Amino acid sequence: MTDVDDQAKALEAKAQAAAAAKRQRLGAALRAAGIVVALAILLTILNAATHGDFLAPNNVLNILRQIAVIAVLAAGQTFVIITAGIDLSVGSLIALTGVLMAGVLAGNTNPIEGVALAVLVGLSVGGAAGAINGLPVVKFNLPPFITTLAMLDIARGLAFLYTGGKPIEIDNTAFTFLGGGFLFPGIGHLVRIPGIPTSVLIMLAVIIAGQFVLTQTRFGRYVYAIGGNEEAARLSGINVGAVKLSVYIISGALAGLASLLLAARLSSGIPQSGGGSELLNSIAAVVVGGTSLMGGRGSMTGTFVGALLIGVLYNLMNLLNVNSYAQDVALGAVILAAVLLDELRRRYFAA
Amino acid sequence: MTADAGVPYLAVKGISKSYPGVRALVDVDFDTKRGEVHALVGENGAGKSTLVKILAGAVRPDAGEILIDGKPAHIATPRQSEAYGISVIYQEFNLVPELPVAQNVLLGREPTRGITIDWSAMNDRVASIFARLGVNVPLQAPVKTLSVAQQQMVEIAKALSVDAKIIVMDEPSAALTSNEVARLFDVIRTLKAEDVGVVYISHRLEEIFQIADRVTVFRDGHQIKTGPVSQFSQDELVRLMVGRTLDAHFPTLPPEPASSTSPLLSVRHLTLPGRIDDVSLDLRAGEILGLAGLVGAGRTSLLRAISGADRIAAGSISLDGRELHLRNPHDAIAAGIALVTEDRKAQGLILGMTVRENVTLPHLELFEHGGHVDREREAAAVSKLAADLNIRTPSIEQVTRALSGGNQQKVVLAKWLLQKARVICFDEPTRGIDVGAKHEIYELMVGLVRSGTGILMASSELPEVLGMSMRLLVMREGRIVGEFAAGEATQEKVIALATGTTAAAA
Repeated sequence: MTDVDDQAKALEAKAQAAAAAKRQRLGAALRAAGIVVALAILLTILNAATHGDFLAPNNVLNILRQIAVIAVLAAGQTFVIITAGIDLSVGSLIALTGVLMAGVLAGNTNPIEGVALAVLVGLSVGGAAGAINGLPVVKFNLPPFITTLAMLDIARGLAFLYTGGKPIEIDNTAFTFLGGGFLFPGIGHLVRIPGIPTSVLIMLAVIIAGQFVLTQTRFGRYVYAIGGNEEAARLSGINVGAVKLSVYIISGALAGLASLLLAARLSSGIPQSGGGSELLNSIAAVVVGGTSLMGGRGSMTGTFVGALLIGVLYNLMNLLNVNSYAQDVALGAVILAAVLLDELRRRYFAA
Repeated sequence: MTADAGVPYLAVKGISKSYPGVRALVDVDFDTKRGEVHALVGENGAGKSTLVKILAGAVRPDAGEILIDGKPAHIATPRQSEAYGISVIYQEFNLVPELPVAQNVLLGREPTRGITIDWSAMNDRVASIFARLGVNVPLQAPVKTLSVAQQQMVEIAKALSVDAKIIVMDEPSAALTSNEVARLFDVIRTLKAEDVGVVYISHRLEEIFQIADRVTVFRDGHQIKTGPVSQFSQDELVRLMVGRTLDAHFPTLPPEPASSTSPLLSVRHLTLPGRIDDVSLDLRAGEILGLAGLVGAGRTSLLRAISGADRIAAGSISLDGRELHLRNPHDAIAAGIALVTEDRKAQGLILGMTVRENVTLPHLELFEHGGHVDREREAAAVSKLAADLNIRTPSIEQVTRALSGGNQQKVVLAKWLLQKARVICFDEPTRGIDVGAKHEIYELMVGLVRSGTGILMASSELPEVLGMSMRLLVMREGRIVGEFAAGEATQEKVIALATGTTAAAA
């Protein structure tokens, strides 16, 4: 074969690659446009079906407030799941850190000092529980399913032991402001809402920070690398143990933060809290958001969209007076459909 | 055994298959008779795998037809392929590691008595298949406890249990020792005698001449030539595969550094219980030191210990005369010692990540800037390396899963060139990659030693280890049992030392 042939072939290959890249970009653009159009149509229809209640500023605000706890939990869960792990303890950690924070607040007369101490206790106890989840995973290669399942029981039990089973009331307006307060009332007046809820701002801050860490930092790259191929990551010189331990600590600490939002909203630390759908919804938000349970793939923005989808769904069904048992059926079906669609899309565009 | 008479059992005519941006197969004809071994050769990406997938019913061709016994056949699913008597044995076996051999062979087709499995009938049937093959495999042992060669026999038995007329073997010898390859060939000859056809795919051309009746060469999705093996020479096969003449199999090596120069890497009395026994060696800057030996002789363990992948129990490793205390790969990389693993998919690459992300992974800190990774600088550095190493990829943002073996290996190599490693340990540097890419890897290794890097290379391919080493150590049972200067070593001498026989020397 001659050089001319080789050059021609190289050019052809280049042209093909360029065409493929163009197709891909076009595909991505069409996909994005399609989603936006479909979403707009859907929202209009739904808004009409609920007589305009759905898109009312107050209702939109409500949805965001309602998903704040789940989204913060799911943000931590995202880190863990991208490493191919799982954290089953987050629901119970809400209860444990919640009652501890309430206890700290009850025992502290200075309101500001109390809040600072409570926040510190909530985040560090959550983080410490995460470390206890992660250590056996890192040191003895235990499955995270088991260690976090154990923590699920331990944290719940401790929450009940600490409170004797009764809620601890929180009487500290500085603290409750974090979960139920509003900021920027000026903006709020424009659309006739009281302002932007602090809990929503905290949630957005967590999501943005999480997205930054995952996509822009060395640590984030390592998280994906470990989930993609742990042995290759180790042989590339990554301290796999430290990164894995960190994701469980992050998840635990964010469970503490989610607990803070919940306790502040309810003005009490409740040992039973976080025992309902919180854990499973946090996992569902991550998975619906396109993160693979097999690890190595996913995003924080996806998780936020997943949490939003779940929140919107609950909200709509409430507005439409759907029976609460039927709501569970619908939610399950939507989770399945969303993950299935994501998988099909991936296959189609990978081919 | 009428290999030449009549209609071929399996034939494909005018088969074409395209993927976005790639024409994998273009108007290909291929056939195999019963009782014939038909070798299929070509570089990675030549279209062999696509043809195999079409035969297996995993992929549908865009055009063309498949004929079984001369009649058009419709193969759309693996089950239909099996029903036509086609069995495919992939490089990655389809076995359940936890289940015993007998259950694996008849998985999904267990003989029953009423509603329970008839265990004795199962064992009898499986035992008779192995007896036909003339191999001895423990029927009740879980498959995971078997050697790779034995697992391969289980796959072949599985194929025979469904009465396969044609068995397609994709790189069956890649992970076998030379003794095991010889036994595999005995089994293939038995299959021929039983009138089973074999499609044999291999990068090891010398094997083709030992076992095949006919050979077909693929290049870039085209069928280049088909004919009896006797019509080809090895050099001609290589030329047909790469479409040009390779001047030599191996590049000219620079001269061996003088033995008086102080060593770059010194290993003393290195021991890992059960794997490495009191190994000492010196590697000089600019030297390629080869490690030969049988599978399990300790070559991989030695390279892993030197590169921090496994902790050593006793002994010392020094670089430039300073002793290193390696706790993990990170320590070794920081010191300038890198490992190119034998299994790039399992250990070398993160297949779901892009070329860029894989290359920078060991040295991401170089691109960190104010708390975040500077992607543009990352991309610039990786683009340059990709050009230097001639990595053929549509873009550095391509996920590495989509690259061919040779290009994947270059990506692995690029990881250690970004921040130039002083010592690179290559474990099977060209396993499973095609002739052209092999040559490029060899050239890169020569370029590295010219610039002062020291290379430790373990290889199971004797021609490679003989052709690419400036000095050669032979290992057996965890020890170094011999040393050769370049040019002194011959295949016979190395094999004799590696196997512990003196026969070959006589």
